[in-house]
Amino acid sequence: MVELHILLFFMIIGAIIAIEAKDLLSAVVAVGAAGLALSIAFLVLKAPDLAITQLVVEILCLIILIRATLKVDLPFSTSGRWLFNTLAVFVFLIIFLAFGYFALKELPSFGSPIMRVSQFYLEKAKELTGATNLVGSVILNFRAYDTLGEATVLFTAVIGVMAIMRRKGRKKVTDQEEPDEL
Amino acid sequence: MITYFLCLVLFAVGLYAVLRKRNLIKIIIGIVICEYAVNLFLVLFGYRMNNRSPIYDPDQVITKMVDPLPQALVLTSIVIGLATTALVVGIAIRIYEKYGTFDITKIRKLRG
Amino acid sequence: MNYNSPHKGMTLIVKTITRITVGLILLYGIYITLHGHVSPGGGFAGGVIIALSFIHLMLAFGKEEALRRLPKPLVSLFESLGAILFFTIAILGFVGGYFFLDWLNKGEPFKLFSAGSILLSNIAIAIKVSFGLFGIFLVLVLLKFTPKK
Repeated sequence: MVELHILLFFMIIGAIIAIEAKDLLSAVVAVGAAGLALSIAFLVLKAPDLAITQLVVEILCLIILIRATLKVDLPFSTSGRWLFNTLAVFVFLIIFLAFGYFALKELPSFGSPIMRVSQFYLEKAKELTGATNLVGSVILNFRAYDTLGEATVLFTAVIGVMAIMRRKGRKKVTDQEEPDEL
Repeated sequence: MITYFLCLVLFAVGLYAVLRKRNLIKIIIGIVICEYAVNLFLVLFGYRMNNRSPIYDPDQVITKMVDPLPQALVLTSIVIGLATTALVVGIAIRIYEKYGTFDITKIRKLRG
Repeated sequence: MNYNSPHKGMTLIVKTITRITVGLILLYGIYITLHGHVSPGGGFAGGVIIALSFIHLMLAFGKEEALRRLPKPLVSLFESLGAILFFTIAILGFVGGYFFLDWLNKGEPFKLFSAGSILLSNIAIAIKVSFGLFGIFLVLVLLKFTPKK
């Protein structure tokens, strides 16, 4: 799996560039590069559904992030305790990675998962549901409760954005409250 | 093993941005990178070496395929992640409109 | 209406290309959605592609033209309609016995009209996802940047 390691290194480099870039627009573009590498990694891992979805979602995510960065420049300023804060964060990250390293040793090795439930899906899905795309049959037939929950979360997120961004109703409140404050 | 660890390093890079950066857009970028790492880890966990993707062919007899269950759950998680990213961007735009800055240390003053 | 007025949207070249490509992108999204049970794709990916075709139209022609074709209450209505449609498919399982039961005819594999309720659920999810994401984009674009300071 050399190509997977190359893609992962590419994603890590893209993420570091995105975080450390001074210009916000180039940072957003670097995030887009990391996301497209993730799409190719899904394709290498034999998940074509995820590759299609990640590709189109990445484009929309890029448009939304560029909308937020328009006409905004960031002044770079360092506070007084810059060295202490950076050292504290790095010590925390090193401890996190060390614990992660010892925990990952206990997992089954890469390429040989434990498939107790999934073996049933692989053998019986075609007769039970009639669908030949197993991912589609899992999300909409075997585990449709999950999809109903996810649809509810998506609906709630859309309603939340519309409630935050609306303009009607906010002005009435400010008109009533501003004379009190002044 | 080394693949899992590289995925964890990617998560740590996103976590560094969330913990250390002072610009709100950089924090959102860190959250997006963390989300990529988690999705990739779940799909890596269900990969079986030298097998085919979980889609039947008309003339197929063997059933040696990759695990379809993590892929199905990650598929919904990607779209949910896009909606929550849009929600966070909306909150950030509102904060910029109220305080005139993206710097989180200046927001702390509780003005207005 | 005068679509080619130079004051709104992008240049004439972009508008001409957009008029050709936007139908193809919409058609590809519908194809991905309808064939979600026999090939890679499904409701989520197809819905995002349909939303991208609307956004493509909006970016090229300006917000007035896009809002004339798809006003904001209509987008909100269709998004709720997708959610209700998916829930209705779940409730209809009670005809056969319990929640989310697929009592439709399974049909023959590898054909378009097969796999029972998976096709209907894919259509419902595609409607919901596409209009939901387009609504998010519409709301983010319509807001004017007016910092108080």
